[in-house]
Amino acid sequence: MADLPVPTLPWAHPLESRRARLEDVSAVRQELSAPVAAVDLRLDPAGAGPAAVAAVVGGPLPERPDTWTALPAGLALRLGPDEWLLTSSRARPEDWEFGVDEAALAHGGSAVDVSAQRTSLRLRGQRARDLLASCCALDLRPASFPRGRCAQTLLGQSAVLLVAHDTDDLQLFVRTSFAGYVADLLVDAAHDF
Amino acid sequence: MQLISCPWCGPREEVEFSYGGQAAVAYPEHPAALTDEQWARFVFFRDNPKGPFAERWVHAAGCRRWFTAVRDTRTHRFVSPSEVTS
Ligand SMILES: [Zn+2]
Repeated sequence: MADLPVPTLPWAHPLESRRARLEDVSAVRQELSAPVAAVDLRLDPAGAGPAAVAAVVGGPLPERPDTWTALPAGLALRLGPDEWLLTSSRARPEDWEFGVDEAALAHGGSAVDVSAQRTSLRLRGQRARDLLASCCALDLRPASFPRGRCAQTLLGQSAVLLVAHDTDDLQLFVRTSFAGYVADLLVDAAHDF
Repeated sequence: MQLISCPWCGPREEVEFSYGGQAAVAYPEHPAALTDEQWARFVFFRDNPKGPFAERWVHAAGCRRWFTAVRDTRTHRFVSPSEVTS
């Protein structure tokens, strides 16, 4: 039998069908972020584990609750006392998981590939915080949610992970199956701006 | 809306939390040795005080951690700093 080419689906952002509606919003620029490799790391924060993982991912893990640190090609977000989300825009998901898991395993921790779990939107503009605040109860003013902060919370009825990159630059991670709801919510809320 | 203080995330809206019932309900040491009535007491019966009550809460929409907090059932006010427990 002749070798047939293996058909592969081209990757599309889960919000691709809403791209035009998001771009129509003029007050806040809403970009569909490219996919990243992501692992969920569970690890004892007290031992030598975090330093060992830091050496593998190329940057320190955030120490304080609800903060993030920059990695060479991604983010290290603190999700809980013993939980981090580590992303990389360069690594292949399986390599990213393997490398982090190997480092964590030696210290009783574990890492699981969650690249397909969340998708992401980037919100830029002076009104970006106002737009998010219109459907979120957190205090998102720059003084209490400055660059370096992140938070898991509710946006409307959907759980989201908010990341503050700058005063007028925020990122939103959301479960893929809730992404459409969140995008529609933001487009709807932006009518008031 | 009421704010509940998560020991990890700090004060957050009540809707982000789920209630887990009375805290420190010990699992019976020898479950097989219990009578049906004793087992039913363990499974279904809880204190219902008028006043401070130690309870389990989970920060479901945030850090997903369980913690124990003492709430006054008359005022719904949380009266002690909450603790993270696994
Ligand atoms: Zn929390």
